[in-house]
Amino acid sequence: MDAVHSCFKDKLGQAVLPGDVFSFAVSAVEDSAVRAEKVICGPGLRRNGDEILVCKSGILRHKAPNLYWIDSQQKRYVPVKGESVIGIVTAKSGDIFKVDVGSSEQASLSYLAFEGATKRNRPNVQVGDLVYSQFIIANKDMEPELVCIDSCGRANGMGVFGADGLLFKVSLGLVRRLLVPQSEIVKDLEKIFPFEMVVGMNGRVWVKAKTVQQTLIVANLLDSCENMTAQQRQTLFKRVAEGSL
Amino acid sequence: FVEERSGVGSVLREYGSEQNLLSKPDGSASFIQGDTSVLAGVYGPAEVKVSKEIYDRATLEVVIQPKVGMASVRERAREQCVRETCEAALLSTLHPRSSFTLVLQEVHDDGSLLSCCLNAACMALMDAGLPMGRLFCGVTCAIDAESQIITDPTAQQEKESRALMTFAIDSKDCSVMMSLTKGSFSVKELQQCIAVSQKASERIFQFYRDSVQRRYSKIL
Repeated sequence: MDAVHSCFKDKLGQAVLPGDVFSFAVSAVEDSAVRAEKVICGPGLRRNGDEILVCKSGILRHKAPNLYWIDSQQKRYVPVKGESVIGIVTAKSGDIFKVDVGSSEQASLSYLAFEGATKRNRPNVQVGDLVYSQFIIANKDMEPELVCIDSCGRANGMGVFGADGLLFKVSLGLVRRLLVPQSEIVKDLEKIFPFEMVVGMNGRVWVKAKTVQQTLIVANLLDSCENMTAQQRQTLFKRVAEGSL
Repeated sequence: FVEERSGVGSVLREYGSEQNLLSKPDGSASFIQGDTSVLAGVYGPAEVKVSKEIYDRATLEVVIQPKVGMASVRERAREQCVRETCEAALLSTLHPRSSFTLVLQEVHDDGSLLSCCLNAACMALMDAGLPMGRLFCGVTCAIDAESQIITDPTAQQEKESRALMTFAIDSKDCSVMMSLTKGSFSVKELQQCIAVSQKASERIFQFYRDSVQRRYSKIL
């Protein structure tokens, strides 16, 4: 490991606060024997001259080889290009839909950005519908734009959904934990009974189980796992599965 | 709920805080200093009215609600102090054309209310995950009739004091970000009060760190 990585090393997996600085001896990097190493700063980290500044409170995480970011529990969503979110259609105006994704501005969604949609063949989208879609434009200076197709023009799971079921909000930290491949929370939950779930990166979660009662149970369990350790969660889920709650 | 008892010979009253205690706001915190207690809620980045829109940075709005009655001139003055301090700490250029709203509700005032507001504001901004370049904390000092410096005075001590000063201290180099003073004092006394506040701020920043650590301990 070189100088850049070693300055992060002792803080990995620990809570950091805004204003914390990671600095490394520039001379060590410029040394001819060491070639310049790149570090990618993810959410919560910013480059400030020769040092790296933390601008959010949370836990410092690392992914090999050189990606660092801050894992924080916030509630407000800020659009990021490429992320998939659950939006609510709020208006139809001309050839675009306005979609509420929970950020500071409504996103726009073109009616041509659906699978198989043409100028003559408009998709059937009503105000109030839920859409699972992806950001194609998201930056601080422009209106965010959504699409419901991938680069090959296929829906790939995106589009209007949610005839019944329940939509609710959780924190962005919990959403990220649910979306981790092989997420332990989802694994524990699906042992109880089968259900459908759509998770948007904007903190919205839609669930549907066989009955309304089961849907509510899943929603309440997901809501309560936010502040639980793995052990507490497993005990709770076991009690629910046995029907004692 | 995180609480810290001040040690022997320490100058601050007992203080404590709780983050993320309200469900509706994007970030919330309560801060208690002795019997003074403030509740803070942060909304943002949210939509902004066209009239208040700033094209290259976010608009910050601070509202202080008194315990009873309507907000008056005194609250307006405090709002301005808190707003200017928060503006200096926040990286508002990262969210242009949006708004941050900070609502501070006075729960009980037993002296040092402005410093308690500043501390609650900082905890709530951190909880909301808004981008900040530094942290800040508030410390109030009173100089009594015998020219003794009292940090974090109670309402009674404030009333008996000759001069009262509140400083917002920055976490990076412990510099003064904002000051609000009342009464008469010499330059030397002012310097002494700043030095005492800077010393006290270190403990508050350590407290911030401990509370955040405890909050994230479940998902480590």
